Amino acid sequence: MANLNDFAKARTAQIALRVRPMGVWLRRGRLETLIELLIRLSGVSTIVIVGLIFLFLLREGLPAFLDIPLRQLFGSRWYPIEGFYGIWPLLVGSLVVTAGAIVIAVPLGLTTAVYLGEIAPVWQREILKPLIEVLAGIPSIVLGFLGWVALAPIIQSLGAPTGLTALTGSLILAYMALPTIISISEDALYAVPKEYRDGALAIGATQWQTIWRVVLPAARSGLAMAVMLGIGRAIGETMAVMMVTGNAAFIPDLGLDLPLHPVRTMTATIAAEMGEVAQGSLHYNVLFGIGIVLFVVTFAINLVAGRLVGSVVRRRGGQL
Amino acid sequence: MGPKIVVKNVYFTYGDGTEALHNVSMEIASYQIFVLFGPARAGKTTLLRLFNRLSDLIENATVQGQILFNGRDIFERGTDVIDLRRRIGMVFAIPTPLPGSIRDNITYGLRMAGIRNRDELESRVERSLTQAALWNEVKDRLDKPASALSGGQKQRLCIARSLALEPEVLILDNPTSGLDPLSTAMVEESLHELKQRYTIIMVPHSVQQAARVATTAAFMLDGEIIEVGSADQIFGQPQVKQTEDYVTGRFG
Amino acid sequence: MRLAMRPAMKRQQTQKIAVGLITGAAVLVVIPIVLVILYIVVQGIGALSWEFLTAPPRNGMTEGGIMPAILGTLILTLGTAIVCLPLAIGAAIYLAEYASDNRLTRWVRLAIVNLAGIPSIVYGLFGLGAFVLFLQFGTSILAGSLTLGIMTLPVVISTAEEAILSVPQEFRLVSQSLGATRWQTIRHQVLPHAMPGIITGVILGLSRAAGETAPILFTVAAFYVPHLPQSISDQTMALPYHLYVIATQVPGMPLSVQYGTALVLLLLVLSLTVVATVIRTRMRRRRDW
Repeated sequence: MANLNDFAKARTAQIALRVRPMGVWLRRGRLETLIELLIRLSGVSTIVIVGLIFLFLLREGLPAFLDIPLRQLFGSRWYPIEGFYGIWPLLVGSLVVTAGAIVIAVPLGLTTAVYLGEIAPVWQREILKPLIEVLAGIPSIVLGFLGWVALAPIIQSLGAPTGLTALTGSLILAYMALPTIISISEDALYAVPKEYRDGALAIGATQWQTIWRVVLPAARSGLAMAVMLGIGRAIGETMAVMMVTGNAAFIPDLGLDLPLHPVRTMTATIAAEMGEVAQGSLHYNVLFGIGIVLFVVTFAINLVAGRLVGSVVRRRGGQL
Repeated sequence: MGPKIVVKNVYFTYGDGTEALHNVSMEIASYQIFVLFGPARAGKTTLLRLFNRLSDLIENATVQGQILFNGRDIFERGTDVIDLRRRIGMVFAIPTPLPGSIRDNITYGLRMAGIRNRDELESRVERSLTQAALWNEVKDRLDKPASALSGGQKQRLCIARSLALEPEVLILDNPTSGLDPLSTAMVEESLHELKQRYTIIMVPHSVQQAARVATTAAFMLDGEIIEVGSADQIFGQPQVKQTEDYVTGRFG
Repeated sequence: MRLAMRPAMKRQQTQKIAVGLITGAAVLVVIPIVLVILYIVVQGIGALSWEFLTAPPRNGMTEGGIMPAILGTLILTLGTAIVCLPLAIGAAIYLAEYASDNRLTRWVRLAIVNLAGIPSIVYGLFGLGAFVLFLQFGTSILAGSLTLGIMTLPVVISTAEEAILSVPQEFRLVSQSLGATRWQTIRHQVLPHAMPGIITGVILGLSRAAGETAPILFTVAAFYVPHLPQSISDQTMALPYHLYVIATQVPGMPLSVQYGTALVLLLLVLSLTVVATVIRTRMRRRRDW
């Protein structure tokens, strides 16, 4: 009998530890109960907001996928005035500009992170890191403006028919993606235990060998994440790209001079055309449809990046 | 009068599956210093934190058994944990003054309990600091930051801070761990005064300290109580071999 | 070990070349940053005058000042703060103090990471669909602030959570052992000490919002409003959009006005960043634990 009683008590104790008894809550004052409820609600609200964003994109953009045959939607002509809604050139435009930006930003970003984390003396780091934060803080419209008034003429003087090209966009985008890439890679390098370096140096490796054979491989998942988030940042950038890529919605010939052609990205198309369309028109729906594509692509990128190193993303919130 | 605290068949398991307490049972009588000693990782701190249910803060842990405080099971549904913590004060191994002045520290628990009356707060500040043998050293600088105190003073401040709530039980988890011998002696001396008014449960810094301060002592090993008895018995004629080995320094 | 087999001379050479290249890359990153800022300052400083900062535009925006745009951006930043702060700090407290390691928490974290990754133009679309049209706020300060506020959530949540987690655990233990409730502990011990970090995150988040163009394109920004906004259902001019407009949409706009506008925007945003950094370092120094 006594044993059974003990057992029952034990169960109660277990439950009591996990669940705050309701009676205590109420006595502790309504205000506190209310505050705790609000805190929990604001936590959950983040999920609701992501859901709402997707829902509203669907609400306005789904008709595009339903009313236009998919073959035409992913066709190669974007000419809304005459009813051609092929988003293929826009996809290619985004891809070309982003790829160009990544080709420039990844080597620069990773090596800068290595420099900051492994080579630079403290005093340099204390100058460089705030500078890179400043770069992250420059509004994209300001960089776009500079690209438009200062960089484009330089590109043109290099022999391109116009200064407003994919390359101009890639250059600007590269510098916008750099802070993300650098700071996340630097975190990844920082996370490599000091013992690894000491071990390599102790057996006679040079500093470079240590970096190349020990530190970089050990940090690779964090570095991969830095690259992913850099891509995410570049693909979603709007204003700067819109100002400097020339906004020509056709697929350039695949040649060596590809970067020297004007292109138009998905983001720029939305920004440039949404102001002129009638609400509820097919064109309007298609622009939201492009928004859905962007949402899904960046969602996927962040999902993958999050899988790589959950903790680092958590600390950074994915952004810088 | 029955015992102040009765522990009955308590098991405690952390979220990762480590069992920290195994079938612990004992009784703690009022107005004495009950010393809980044993090697590191014996489960002493875990047990202490069960008494005021600070263990609630440990995620995913499970506890079984009963702890009766004044005859009532503290794990019972409807237990007012906040009230329990006001009745069972706790002092931690590392003296941790809260940021703020000495006065702020002493009155913190009282303010959280809703006591606003200035005279009441003032008299409690003086009384608790006096009980913790700190009043004379700090009475002229009550509004100075508590962080400026010496290590020994900080720990006596922490004791005073708990006493301000006029608890029934005072739990001390290795309160002299970081202190110099002189400060240690001062803390120990104040404990002898305090046991007239409070029931003290303490994890000591060493066997020597245990022997110096204990009224009753319990020896713990690997999450189990090995032996409980009066200080004279435990440190004079231990009945169990493990206790004897540990007390005489032949352990490990 | 293969490393050690290489002739020492060659290894030293590779080391020198590699370090040289790495340093070169870092220089290549840093130089343009300095150049960009210097260039805008040099080109734009001439346009700055008391009139430029305090007068409305005149003569097809080619003369006068940019005061309505500056004021609009300040109003929008304030609106962003009002929308974002309660929710962001609530969510940060939830994650740091209340959330246990379960599926819901993982979903919340996933949501925040993804919010951070959504392109700003997509926030603009959402604001248009949800606030301007569905809730019928119209193109207004209200719709713009809501859009920017939601966009700013993830940055503020992440920095605030980090700040809250950096408060030593002992304070929570001590506070609760003294009979404080969980909320009292958060209110009296955790939040005051996390405040510098939280404020830094908030200001950084707001400085981003102040410089954004894409989210306000369809939700609030006006090409030209001669008067100041009267209520939160009015449109307003804003600095980033104004810069876009005068750079690309207005023929014959003097370059100095364009550079001047860019400089004002840059100064506004960067000064917020500097303020955040200063608060962080000063509050850190005052810490007494």
